[in-house]
Amino acid sequence: MPTTLAEALEIQRDEDATPMAGGTDLLVHWPEQLELHDRDYLDLWGIDELRRIEWSDDTLELGALTTYWDVITDAKIGAAFPLLVDAARQIGAVQIQSRGTWAGNIANGSPAADGVPVLMAYGASVVIASHDKHRQVPLERFYAGYKEMDLAPDELIVAIRIPNRTYRHERFIKVGSRRAQAIAKVGAALVSNGSGWRVVASSVAPTIRRCPTIEAQISDGEPLSSPDDLLPAIRADVSPIDDLRSTAAYRERVMSRVLYYAIEEMSHR
Amino acid sequence: MDRIEGLAKLTGAERYVDDLPLDGMLWGMTVRSPAPRGRVTGVHFGSGVDWSEFVVVDHHDIPGDNTVLLIETDQPLLAGEYVRHAEEPIALVAHRSREMVRRAIREIEVTIDPDPPIFDFTAEPTQDQIQHGSDNALKRIDITKGDVDAALVRAARVVEGEYRTGSQEHVYLENQGMIAWEEDGVLVIKGSLQCPFYVLKAAVRALGRDSDHVRIVQTPTGGGFGGKEEYPSMIALHAALLALKAEQPVRIIYDRGEDMRATTKRHPSLVRHRTGVDGDGRLVAQDIDVALDGGAYVTLSPVVLSRGVIHAAGPYACDNVRIRGRAMLTNSPPHGAFRGFGAPQTHFANERHMDVIAATIGIDPDEFRRRNLIVDGQTTATGQRITDGTDRVALLDHALELSSYHERQDKHRSLNASHPYLRRGIGLAAFHHGAGFTGSGEVMLASELHLAGLPDGRIEVLSANIEMGQGTLTVFTKLVCDRLGLRPEHVVIADADTGRVPDSGPTVASRTTMVVGRLVDDSDTGDRVTQAIIDWHVERDEPLVGHAKYEPPPGIEWDETTYTGDAYATYGWATYVAEVEVDLRTYTARVTDFVAVQDVGTVLHETLARGQIQGGVVQAIGWALTEECAWSNGVMQNNQLTNYIIPTSDDVPPIRVSFVENPFAHGPHGAKGLGELPMDGPAPAIANAVARAIDADPRAIPLTPEHLMDLLSNGR
Repeated sequence: MPTTLAEALEIQRDEDATPMAGGTDLLVHWPEQLELHDRDYLDLWGIDELRRIEWSDDTLELGALTTYWDVITDAKIGAAFPLLVDAARQIGAVQIQSRGTWAGNIANGSPAADGVPVLMAYGASVVIASHDKHRQVPLERFYAGYKEMDLAPDELIVAIRIPNRTYRHERFIKVGSRRAQAIAKVGAALVSNGSGWRVVASSVAPTIRRCPTIEAQISDGEPLSSPDDLLPAIRADVSPIDDLRSTAAYRERVMSRVLYYAIEEMSHR
Repeated sequence: MDRIEGLAKLTGAERYVDDLPLDGMLWGMTVRSPAPRGRVTGVHFGSGVDWSEFVVVDHHDIPGDNTVLLIETDQPLLAGEYVRHAEEPIALVAHRSREMVRRAIREIEVTIDPDPPIFDFTAEPTQDQIQHGSDNALKRIDITKGDVDAALVRAARVVEGEYRTGSQEHVYLENQGMIAWEEDGVLVIKGSLQCPFYVLKAAVRALGRDSDHVRIVQTPTGGGFGGKEEYPSMIALHAALLALKAEQPVRIIYDRGEDMRATTKRHPSLVRHRTGVDGDGRLVAQDIDVALDGGAYVTLSPVVLSRGVIHAAGPYACDNVRIRGRAMLTNSPPHGAFRGFGAPQTHFANERHMDVIAATIGIDPDEFRRRNLIVDGQTTATGQRITDGTDRVALLDHALELSSYHERQDKHRSLNASHPYLRRGIGLAAFHHGAGFTGSGEVMLASELHLAGLPDGRIEVLSANIEMGQGTLTVFTKLVCDRLGLRPEHVVIADADTGRVPDSGPTVASRTTMVVGRLVDDSDTGDRVTQAIIDWHVERDEPLVGHAKYEPPPGIEWDETTYTGDAYATYGWATYVAEVEVDLRTYTARVTDFVAVQDVGTVLHETLARGQIQGGVVQAIGWALTEECAWSNGVMQNNQLTNYIIPTSDDVPPIRVSFVENPFAHGPHGAKGLGELPMDGPAPAIANAVARAIDADPRAIPLTPEHLMDLLSNGR
């Protein structure tokens, strides 16, 4: 178990090991998924240099081992980026919140992630390192398809950078199958600086993604008169499916309704 | 009195079956059918593990009859040539490493030559789908009172309705588990179970041993809800077969995924009502058709159906009733005992139907019920005359008052007219639940209980009734203390060990406190107390044991052939009121307030009783709103707690519990059964509240957001 990043990156270069941070997703099905037992894992939990929260003039940087609980309990983050706290508080319960990490949420690549949409709405970038170089990728360009991402086998996510901007409107929406401890059936994060909106949708496409058609419609288009007005843009931007948790029809319709009422409420403020 | 085992559970000191040390033990696991129906053509052992390290058992290793004895003997312990449901046990494997046994299971391929399965219990089976009798009916029960056809002709209005409920998983916190080993020629089986003597009888039959050579011992049981009524016999005998063949102790613990996929669920139901009312809004005819999905074997379906049909007409007086019930075979894993045992299904239909009738004839739902609730001297559907002195109308009015039923309707009307997306509604359900075994069941059980005076002066209660969270240990202790003037530390409750305790019957049917607790109170140990007990042992070399045996209350008569008479010695009566809020953005219904008023006779332990009611309400909220088994080809697809959605504390409203105490002369201190009652009323009360909130007509549960969206789109 490495204790420095340099050590971890060497292991990543030399060995075929799956990186693991909090393990909150990996371990859920551990007893049943025996194929997971045959893999090697790189446990990042002991690398203290990844456990940091740093502010600069224009950026908040979260080290890769920053947990949801770290953010929930950080008043400065709560004031600057309230959606991070909103999302973190809706992930599992305290046990998961204090073990699960933001970077793990990104690397896990789930289309139903709760942390990723708010990071993407805030324009976050992923800081990636390998043994010989560092690079940075905007989160909205990080995913190529279902569980496919811009991360080579020898690389690790080492930090998340969030531009420190001010917003006039911010909203995180999670529709789960119950009020707590649920996986999102429909999710969205919206921010507006007054001149335009950024809208990110979750659980309605193979990846979490920005919704350019919806953004254009609500930033520049006619005022909305009903949730149905959003349906064409939703259909252009996302492609929900039927699965164990919900139906495509429900996801599409509920997306239109939660977005509509969120925009209504925010624009009346 | 504090809960006897409360501190041990709170601190984690309690030892469940998975925690018990077992020297030299093997882990056992089950090879299951991959297909819902067909002939087993082969069991192939792959080359990925070294089979010489494993103990493998199949149906050839069963010393006695290959059956899990219950009501019938149709269910095999290990399927031999033929399977009738997916996940049916076919073989068993054991190894000292749990990881290795899990790997071995994946190396085994079972091949099946399929026959056409049937999954729809409401459909007429085709000839090649018939697997039981001439029509797949596992059991039919009819109840007839008066002349329904003539009364329907005379009725001012006839209202019809069709209502469906889904299967439900028990989600006991502790999964099914058993350990077994042989000790001086006696096979010892210990585990998580509700009915030690059921397991004993099944063991005698399948293992071909007499009951002196098998001991069944209950371990602290982390919830049962009926899920550990009949299923434990299966896993207990599997552990026993492996232990006998291995000549080593064996432990089988299901993980959550296996438990949810392979074990029993609540019976799905379809109930049709055709009801005649007169010009005054009084019931003149109830014509009711009840169909249950029994799953692949008979198991307990006949008695679940029995309780279901007996409760199907509700707590109402009607001179003409016809109830036709059937439990149908399907190729799903057998549905089984679950808190309420058929009554929640038929009460859902009846109480939702009462609102549908009230709306059709233009009477308020509460007034319609007030006009029809049984008053003393009137009879139930089976002709049982009710004379217990409970004022059921007053009980209903008390629930309406506590819930501000009428005032809230006015508030809801104004909110619903103005709010962009929130809708609120309030609904009620009036219902009853028969306590103890149905019909002559308690007489046939002939429960026995012993109280022993120990040499140190303490009293030991010897019964087969177990603690599974509901409070048996505490209630029995309290009854002994009250009777003999002792303190709790002077009372010991014996382990439910069939080698020591008499058969006081199963821990089911809300019977433990009322029937067995009464035996505690009746036991002829009399008034000898601590010093007298010590003196007895000093003076005599013989045990001091008091005996009690069940005697039915006088005047109870039941005719099993015509299904008429006193179906239960007594009933609990209740009215529940639910307030819901529906969010039209997400089509999510949430229960925002809940009032539960009931007569369960004298309340013996207020905290435990209130806990039982609140727990039952929560379990029923899940059944009504979120718990849905996603079946595909007879296999539950969402067999994990991530996707099978039970309520969390955040989904539960304040549950305000009120007891109307009308003592029952034949229960201990006047107590009646109460554990299942709270499962019956919440679902219809919630569905009735949703109907009001969104002006819709839901006829099926669960009312998940997806189903509510469809209901609002399609009008139904």
